Order: sequence, then C-alpha cells, then structure tokens
Amino acid sequence: MGLLSQQFDNSNIVITSVEGVLNWARLCSLWQMSFGLACCAIEMMAASASHYDIMRFGVLPRPSPRQCDVMIVAGTVTLKMATRVKRLYEQMAEPRYVVSMGSCSNCGGPYWEHGYHVLKGVDRVIPVDVYVPGCPPRPEALLEGWMRLQEKVRDFTLVKDSSKQTTEKQVA
Amino acid sequence: MAAEALTPEAVFNQLNDTFSDYELTYDENVPCIIVPANAIRDVAMQLRDAEEYAFDYLMSLSGVDNGDETLGVVYHLYSFTYKNQLTLKVIVPKEDPKLKSVARIWLTADWHEREAYDLVGMTFEGHPDHRRILMPYDWEGHPLRKDYEVPEFYNGMKVPY
Repeated sequence: MGLLSQQFDNSNIVITSVEGVLNWARLCSLWQMSFGLACCAIEMMAASASHYDIMRFGVLPRPSPRQCDVMIVAGTVTLKMATRVKRLYEQMAEPRYVVSMGSCSNCGGPYWEHGYHVLKGVDRVIPVDVYVPGCPPRPEALLEGWMRLQEKVRDFTLVKDSSKQTTEKQVA
Repeated sequence: MAAEALTPEAVFNQLNDTFSDYELTYDENVPCIIVPANAIRDVAMQLRDAEEYAFDYLMSLSGVDNGDETLGVVYHLYSFTYKNQLTLKVIVPKEDPKLKSVARIWLTADWHEREAYDLVGMTFEGHPDHRRILMPYDWEGHPLRKDYEVPEFYNGMKVPY
C-alpha cells in the first residue's frame, strides 16, 4: 500500500477484493423461492412479516425457481413432492443454496418410523447447506439459519484452501 | 313432513320392508344399518330422496380394514330437514372388495371414495373418476391395510429411515 498511502484528500474510499465485493453483494440479496410444504411455512411467513422482517437481509420471495438463489424447504417432504422439489432445485440457476427448515425436512421428523409416504430428510434428493432444527422452528431460528448461510456465502472463494487435504464438497 | 326424526332402528325397519330382496341387518351395539355391497346405491337413493328420511347430506365416508379379511365402508348421513343422523356400513371380502359407488347420489362421496380406494383399496363400481387421490398414481399397494408393508424404495428414493 506504500504507493497509495496518504495520497487521498478524503476518506471516502473502500479497498477490497473483487471476491469480497461479489460475496458481499450476493449474501445481501439472497432471493428466496416462495413455496411452503407444511406448518413450517407458517413460521417462514411469520419471518417474512413485519415483526421479524427477513427482508432486511435482502430476501425477496420469488415465484419462479429461475430467479432464486435459495430454496427454503419448509415442511414435510412427501415422496410425491420429493420429485417436484428435486425438479425445482434443478431449475434454479447456480450458485444455489438450500435451507432445510424443521425436523420433517431434516430427517423425517415425527414421520420417521411410520411415515410410509414421507421422505426421511430432503438431503436424500438435494444437497442441503443449512439445517434449521425445530418443529416448527421459530422465526428467530430461521433468521439464525439465514445468517449461517450468509456466513457460508461470505467465505466462498476460488482459492484453494491449503490447510485442507481434501477439498470441501462445494454445493453447486 | 313427519313431525319427528326417525330413530336408526325405525329407519332400518322401514327400509327392510322396502327392500325385502336385500338382506339388511341392524347393529344395535353401535346403532347402524349394515347394507349388502350390491344394495348400497338403491338404499342410498331411497334415504336421500324419500320424504320421510331426507338424508340430503353425506357427512363422511370412510374406508376401514376390519382386520378379519374384510374391508368396510362407513357412511355417516345427516338430514338437514329433520336434523337427524344415520350410519350405514358395507362390509366386503378382502379378496374381492367391490361395492357400488354413491358418488352420483352425494357429490361429497366422489373424493371420499377415491380416498378410501387409495388408502384401503376397495373398488367403487360406477365411480366417475376412479383413481388415487393422495398417493402418487404409480404407488403400489394401499397403505392403510393392516398387512401393508412399507416399500424399500420409491422411484429410487429410500423410504425407511
């Protein structure tokens, strides 16, 4: 920084990496696919409403998977729905992320033993970035999950992590 | 219009006179009329249209696996005219579970019969749209039967935990 230091008249300047700007821009405008599967969707809607206001994180619900960055799987994924969830995920443009919300979509929830019609975890058909526990999770829990996802986006880099032997499985 | 609502037993006695060809029985433990599978449509028609019954509303139609190699269908009727209720039952053998549809008599029965077929697996003859309603169309078996076994895989997805 020797060349540039003390060369500007005012302090209205930010220095960062391209990667940092891109990640920052993306994590502040993660658009959400607006669909819900069960009671978790009610909490998801509560998180969107004025009290919790998830829109302050730059979340916009979009009606088409092609305009979305994040799919919140909010509710019980039945086997009938699982094929649709998979297809919707495939229609999203990369980079894309999945938040699994609630016990049902994490692991089958109360249907884990006798739910002949329930997929025991949405991660059996699509890769999941963040799991939000709860039955259903409160809106705060979803916000926490959302901030975890933002951390994940913030740390995204093209540079190899030399400290790790095996590269982390990149969700793409 | 009759002044008072008929008791289930009174309805049974009158129906028994009307339909002497069919073997109707009356279960007094759980007051209901047990109707043969081939008679249900005629009986239903009579119960809906005859002035003394006027059961114009089907509250519920449920499929049951009785667990003794028979399947059952239970009809809960209501009359808005008399504020009266009546329960009908049909019992069919498990190896040949067929009965007549009442979907043309009470439109409510359309989806209810599809549900009973989907989950318990009896066939409703004369149903206008006889197919599954909840499970995927390519699902095998009827999940609420007592001897139902959960499949290992469905379309490549593992089903058990």
